[in-house]
Amino acid sequence: MEPVIRVENLVKRHAGRGFGRRAPGFTAVDSVSFSILPGTTLALVGESGSGKSSLALCLACLERVTAGQIWFEGRDLAALEEKELRAVRPKLQLVFQDPANSLNPRWAVGKIVAEPLLVQARIAKRERDARAAQVLERVGLSAEYLERRPQELSGGQRQRVAIARALILEPKLLILDEVLSALDCSIQAQIANLLVELQRTYGLAYLFVTHDLRMAAHLADEIAVMSRGKIVEQGAAEKILRHARCEETKSLLGAASLAPEAIAAVRER
Amino acid sequence: MNQILEVRDLRVAYGGRDGGVWYALNGVSFGVGAGEILGVLGESGSGKSTLAATLLRLLPANGRIAGGQILLEAADVVQMDAERLRSVRGRRVSIVFQEPSLALHPTIRIGEQVGEVLHAHGTLSKRERGERARGILAKVFSGDIERIFSSYPHELSGGQQQRALIAQAIACEPVVVVADEPTASLDPTTQREILTLFQTLRDQFGIAFIFITHNPALLAGFADRVLVLYAGKVAEVGPTHAVLSSPQHPYTQALLKCVPQVAAGEALRHKALLPVIGGSAPSLAILSRGCVFEPRCEERMEMCQTQEPAAAMLGNRHEVSCLKFPA
Repeated sequence: MEPVIRVENLVKRHAGRGFGRRAPGFTAVDSVSFSILPGTTLALVGESGSGKSSLALCLACLERVTAGQIWFEGRDLAALEEKELRAVRPKLQLVFQDPANSLNPRWAVGKIVAEPLLVQARIAKRERDARAAQVLERVGLSAEYLERRPQELSGGQRQRVAIARALILEPKLLILDEVLSALDCSIQAQIANLLVELQRTYGLAYLFVTHDLRMAAHLADEIAVMSRGKIVEQGAAEKILRHARCEETKSLLGAASLAPEAIAAVRER
Repeated sequence: MNQILEVRDLRVAYGGRDGGVWYALNGVSFGVGAGEILGVLGESGSGKSTLAATLLRLLPANGRIAGGQILLEAADVVQMDAERLRSVRGRRVSIVFQEPSLALHPTIRIGEQVGEVLHAHGTLSKRERGERARGILAKVFSGDIERIFSSYPHELSGGQQQRALIAQAIACEPVVVVADEPTASLDPTTQREILTLFQTLRDQFGIAFIFITHNPALLAGFADRVLVLYAGKVAEVGPTHAVLSSPQHPYTQALLKCVPQVAAGEALRHKALLPVIGGSAPSLAILSRGCVFEPRCEERMEMCQTQEPAAAMLGNRHEVSCLKFPA
């Protein structure tokens, strides 16, 4: 099967900043390669500063890469002009961590969800509203939410709205940047289930960026562990979980454990 | 055990702009022993942040303590006047907030910010405060104290900022520190480091911690006891091992099932749908007659609608507020 996206030797280098004495440049992503098949999930795990969010922004074409290729629908996105990217972006949609900050508080949900249509094409308002209602239903919200504002919604509902906005342009790849980490456990489970169902129904590919190795193992087919801009370990989810080789992976595993051995270590007083 | 903090039947009410009143805490009771780590587990709206603020009487203007007692070393914090309260806050009980980048002053050096706490509670000279602040920083940082001492908050990483806040919290050697989601903004490895620091401080100085979180995974291997808060009430409280590996309250059971299971030896139930808790958290404006979890509970019985469950003791300090267990 042809991958949805194939990344080859991707490098993202941030130029040095600072007034007077210039701070040195910084390589956020350092020769990273991977591919994602349709209907599958690649989880990108790593600590803060490991470069996983930079990589997500590069894939969403919101940051230009320094070197390397991003192959998508037969074209190298890294080589495209800004104008050409506009036609590609609908197929690669990004969902952010905190829906409280990524949704316009002054807009009704219907307008928020339909906004990508407004940006991408000239579509009549009635058609936009119908599409918004349809896509809200796909994420488990009834049409009555169209008129609500984000602050009237719970955290889980807001994240559903953010996912609906990403789905309205019918993307092939969803880039999910820490979409569960701001939510409560019980809500995380609901949104994780939604992601699984959407993937089954529409054959979406996901890049699931997270520092929660447990959730990564649950949702992903493959896991890539990032550290200091490089992928240090990559493989089937089960294999990474059970037979981690790298220290970085082991440390993330230790942090995620609600395992019996951790509980046994509790001192009974 | 020697209880240093005892909360009895605590009720906290918030007034809305429309004149309505809702109870964020509704009859919460628990105790914390000297040098004990109590994990408070709750989801949004459970009242866990209200609990943290109330223990230091830091409620916002529209919140008030509607009843109950907070006995800190046998003195009731609820009854204290402003002057007494000032002498207790930071000296006997202190708090560590969630977002260290907001809790620290951006234009004052770390050393001075730690010294400020000493200044508020003592008569040390500036130089003595500096010496003491260095000593306190040495308890929470390993190495290069001088650099930390003279750094501004923005020059430190998130984990280091959180350590600086912890240094402030322990500066006057309190008996109990309340930590409200102190690791929520940190990545998992730094989270573990901060948890280990709490344990070290407990072991070395006998400080008790009330650690508030929404993440049950953090409490395993860390807290001595776990208190589960739901809709302003204590659902279950007991030794960490008992609460996390054999939860008895239907809410705790449902909550822990939401977390994907990846325990060794078990097959990965890959992309299987996770069990979820049906319905949503109750409105706190309406005081229900029965159990607050009844509308979402899978084991509800007829009496749950009308009868409020009392805490039932299941042995080994494991208490559950559910009518399944006769009190």
